[in-house]
Amino acid sequence: MTDVRHVIDRRMFVAAAVLAIVAVLAILAPWFSTGDPLIQGDVVATRFLAPLTTDPSGQFHLLGTDRFGRDVWTRLLYGARVSLGVGILAMSISVVLGTLVGAAAGMGSGVVRDALLGVTDFALALPRVVLLLLLASLWQPSAMLVIVVLGITGWMSIARLVYSQVRSLRSRPFVEAASALGTTRLAVLLRHVIPNALTPVVVAATLGVGNTILLEAGLSFLGLGVQPPTPSWGSMIASGRDTLVNAPWVAIVPGVALVLVVVALTQVGDALQARMDVGRG
Amino acid sequence: MIRFLSRRLLVGALVVLGVVSLTFLLLHLAPGDPVVRLLGPTATGEQIEAQRRALGLDQPLVVQYARWLAAFASGNWGVSIATGREVRWMIGHAWPATVLLVGLSLVLSYLFGILVGTIQAVRTGTKLDTALSISTVTLFAVPGYWLGLMLIMVFTYWLKVLPAFGASGLDADFLTGWDRLVDRVRHLILPVTTLVLIGFGGTARFVRGTMADALAEPHIVVARARGLAERRVLLRHALRNASIPLITLLGLSLPALFSGAVFIETVFAWPGVGRVLVGAVQARDYPVVMAATVISAALVVLGNLLADLAVAWADPRVRDSND
Repeated sequence: MTDVRHVIDRRMFVAAAVLAIVAVLAILAPWFSTGDPLIQGDVVATRFLAPLTTDPSGQFHLLGTDRFGRDVWTRLLYGARVSLGVGILAMSISVVLGTLVGAAAGMGSGVVRDALLGVTDFALALPRVVLLLLLASLWQPSAMLVIVVLGITGWMSIARLVYSQVRSLRSRPFVEAASALGTTRLAVLLRHVIPNALTPVVVAATLGVGNTILLEAGLSFLGLGVQPPTPSWGSMIASGRDTLVNAPWVAIVPGVALVLVVVALTQVGDALQARMDVGRG
Repeated sequence: MIRFLSRRLLVGALVVLGVVSLTFLLLHLAPGDPVVRLLGPTATGEQIEAQRRALGLDQPLVVQYARWLAAFASGNWGVSIATGREVRWMIGHAWPATVLLVGLSLVLSYLFGILVGTIQAVRTGTKLDTALSISTVTLFAVPGYWLGLMLIMVFTYWLKVLPAFGASGLDADFLTGWDRLVDRVRHLILPVTTLVLIGFGGTARFVRGTMADALAEPHIVVARARGLAERRVLLRHALRNASIPLITLLGLSLPALFSGAVFIETVFAWPGVGRVLVGAVQARDYPVVMAATVISAALVVLGNLLADLAVAWADPRVRDSND
């Protein structure tokens, strides 16, 4: 048992370190890059420079430049702000919505419960990307729209999780005791049930952020997410699509960054889950 | 069984009706006047008013909804703003390609996932198991459209061995028999490979877990003690226990696969519903967007229904229950 735990802890440590480094680089982007993701020098002289080259003005390009001569490393760091920011904010909306629906279904009467669970199942049956595309086509694309749209299409699994947690917590002695003492239903929910139901929600949210980041990148890839010239990893991949032959790094770099971050998030989520199971077992 | 079936059918129909209503509602919640969007910025006030009456937009919302529902149900899906073609014609030409791509990918990713999961379950704890686990977790995190681009880069541009765009070559109309089939298959390889690679990880993880549990059960020990061949133990006694949840998982993975196909069709210029949808979204072609949304939802519901049927067929407890 200790052996398994040890491996999990080491894996979690590496994954958490990767996430921490990416977060620090994103937050402190101006200090770790050329400072401006939109900066264009002499386009003819600086476009499609290979990684690890220095342009005529003496600027070093760690990951090369794109078709406008913009530094890919700089865009990657500023893109991380968009990708991580949108992912975390959208997941927060999902967590709040899912907790509300799940808790209401768990505490509510038969009719309320059936209605809320029915809505949840209905939303789960929809192809999420199709719904995202529909919403993105009806409103003007912006970062705010992407956050809201991703948030309101991702709450269902959280709601089901909270629902099952609340149902099992409701019959526990300490909750029944609180009810017997005359505590109102809302107070029981807020003080006794929700705090105890939150651990699996945190795990699910960690795993969900990765998926949300991938979806944001997907929307941006299709030109329906955060609009250019603001860098986002998805739109960076899209812009490298036409230059796969002469400048493959433009598309490769943001894709690798995406995979790295999402794998790290999955690992942290899995490790938290394993730890939770061990703690319970 | 009949009761089970009719209830599932009813639920499926309700979901599709819900999607139709939701699309209608969203379209009306969206900012901007659809008539202005339809006629463009040069339209005069009278033209807008006339068009509004012609489209019935001056009627109460409930009336509009009822009319729209009736029109949609009778197959009158309107005309594409961007191409001027009947929406029904566009969707009608697109859905077979999507069903082919998604269906083939689904079957192959399942077979591959079961294979990899079984290997891992038999070799739990070995380096091979660890390597396969790392691969499945990584592939799970790879965006399909990016993986597709990478495959195009390697197999189309560098190695020049496989075509990357469309469902058939430019000369497809002149090919016959065997050559035509080869051409179609060659065009399928890259998009299907992409979908299988991003899709098999979930199945593999599930099979690995279920098989590992099953292999520790007494009936497996007994089967081995009876001297049954290892393959027979694995297939007849261990994998069989995992087959029913696997069918359910098949239905549940459909929405995700469909979503993946939207991106893959765009990257590979595959002439399916996903590509029609993305093109329509980018062109703000609302009639097409709505029809494609409803068709996607209907296909997903239908797939889930088929999975339910398969479960009922495979599991007598579901088949014989009166629930």
